[in-house]
Amino acid sequence: MNYLAPKVAIVDFGLGNLYSVQHACRHVNLDAEITTSRDAILNANAVILPGVGAYADAMNALHRLDLVTVLREFAACGKPFLGVCLGMQLLMTESQEFGRSEGLDIIKGSVIPFGEPREGDRKLKVPQIGWNQIHASENTIKWDNTILNGLSQDEYMYFVHSFVVAPENPGIALSMTGYGDVSFCSSLQVGNIFACQFHPERSGKKGLQIYQNFAAFLDKAV
Amino acid sequence: MNIRIIPRLDIKGPNLVKGIHFEGLRVLGKPEYFARYYYENGADELLYMDAVASLYGRNSLLEIVEKTAREIFIPLTVGGGLRSVDDIKAVLRAGADKVSLNTAAIARPELIREASRAFGSSTIVVSIEAIRLPNGQYEAYVNYGRERTNINVFDWAKQAVELGAGELMVTSIDREGTGKGFDLELIRRIAQNVSVPVIAGGGAGKLEDIHQVIINGHADAVCLASILHYNSIRHYHATNEDYSQEGNTEFIKNVKGFSLIQDAALPDVKSYLIQRQVDCRWPIPA
Repeated sequence: MNYLAPKVAIVDFGLGNLYSVQHACRHVNLDAEITTSRDAILNANAVILPGVGAYADAMNALHRLDLVTVLREFAACGKPFLGVCLGMQLLMTESQEFGRSEGLDIIKGSVIPFGEPREGDRKLKVPQIGWNQIHASENTIKWDNTILNGLSQDEYMYFVHSFVVAPENPGIALSMTGYGDVSFCSSLQVGNIFACQFHPERSGKKGLQIYQNFAAFLDKAV
Repeated sequence: MNIRIIPRLDIKGPNLVKGIHFEGLRVLGKPEYFARYYYENGADELLYMDAVASLYGRNSLLEIVEKTAREIFIPLTVGGGLRSVDDIKAVLRAGADKVSLNTAAIARPELIREASRAFGSSTIVVSIEAIRLPNGQYEAYVNYGRERTNINVFDWAKQAVELGAGELMVTSIDREGTGKGFDLELIRRIAQNVSVPVIAGGGAGKLEDIHQVIINGHADAVCLASILHYNSIRHYHATNEDYSQEGNTEFIKNVKGFSLIQDAALPDVKSYLIQRQVDCRWPIPA
């Protein structure tokens, strides 16, 4: 292949399965490298911040690796930036997970607990683990030209989480998802910054479509 | 809430196997083939269980996991013989999303805490394999159903969650491979008493059994093996000319003669549930 695939830096802070993110990137012909290096991140064409686990541990790891300012700089430079699951939550100003933790503050808003979602008379389990549907938010009528381009309304994606993001400006939500009687922002986009609470790399062919869309944004940006 | 249907693939060396009460394992074919078939037919996750804990043996499990993770984009849980944080790291590096722990977690419960701290709770599934005692209690077994522990499963379930288990997989050894239906009491007593999701396993023989364990067992997810494998093996044989080298068809023919298992394909399972107002990911994505 003559075409040189754009370089994606997958930020490795020790939590989460980075390999499935890398496999998904490769599937859409993105050359993705798992890295902790500041230079690799700043020189990449795009960054993916994945992650599972505890918020404070993740922020501590990012501080220890001296990546907090690097990620803020990258987000500000206009190149595509994708946060997945905990990676979405880390983009926010702060989290209420076990006390209060400061986040990357790239997107204004907070990370709050699910509460006690109910469905009829049954209390739902937290964490939410499994497939759930994404719906266009009130502000986003259509997903054309967004990272959800080509997906149909009510598409199923795979979720694993106990907390949800509450952006200060609800207008940045691309999709909303309901878990029992709780409705939350399941993906968002602000300029070059994309984030989803679900795992597109574990959401079958429709999830791979999101990586494909991310790759298309990258082509435009390069 | 959407119920998850999780095909369970028991693996011995390079092969998919199936037994009854975890014994008398017979070869059905190559796990990668079945995994791909289930992925394309709407599986919500996959579970690989190493039947002989061969992680230190031929390393074929890691190879199978690597191959699967490259081409299958749904969550993959891997269990069987994982003894330490380093073992867990090895299967996650190979591409697994979660691990399932039983024997090593019972031997040293702190492993659950260490693993959930290192990789996140949602990565750690604690597998509980149970046998019903004459007094109505249930005892946890280890080493693929071979060794008893004198541990009460309900106490153990609570402790595992307190230590950081993100999910519990509960399998009735009495029912496993028999097609007699799930042990509803076992599943319900655990599911109602823990905050995390419970995956029910062991015993599905017909579609109504699956419906029952969701409605009356309060299962959040259901593990299926024989009921799916005995169906897909026909597809496997139709598309693999050299199957006779790999798959033991005599086993299926013999088992089908006297077993209670009415095999079904994944879309049959899901459409049956949807018709009964059980939510699940449906239709199967094209």
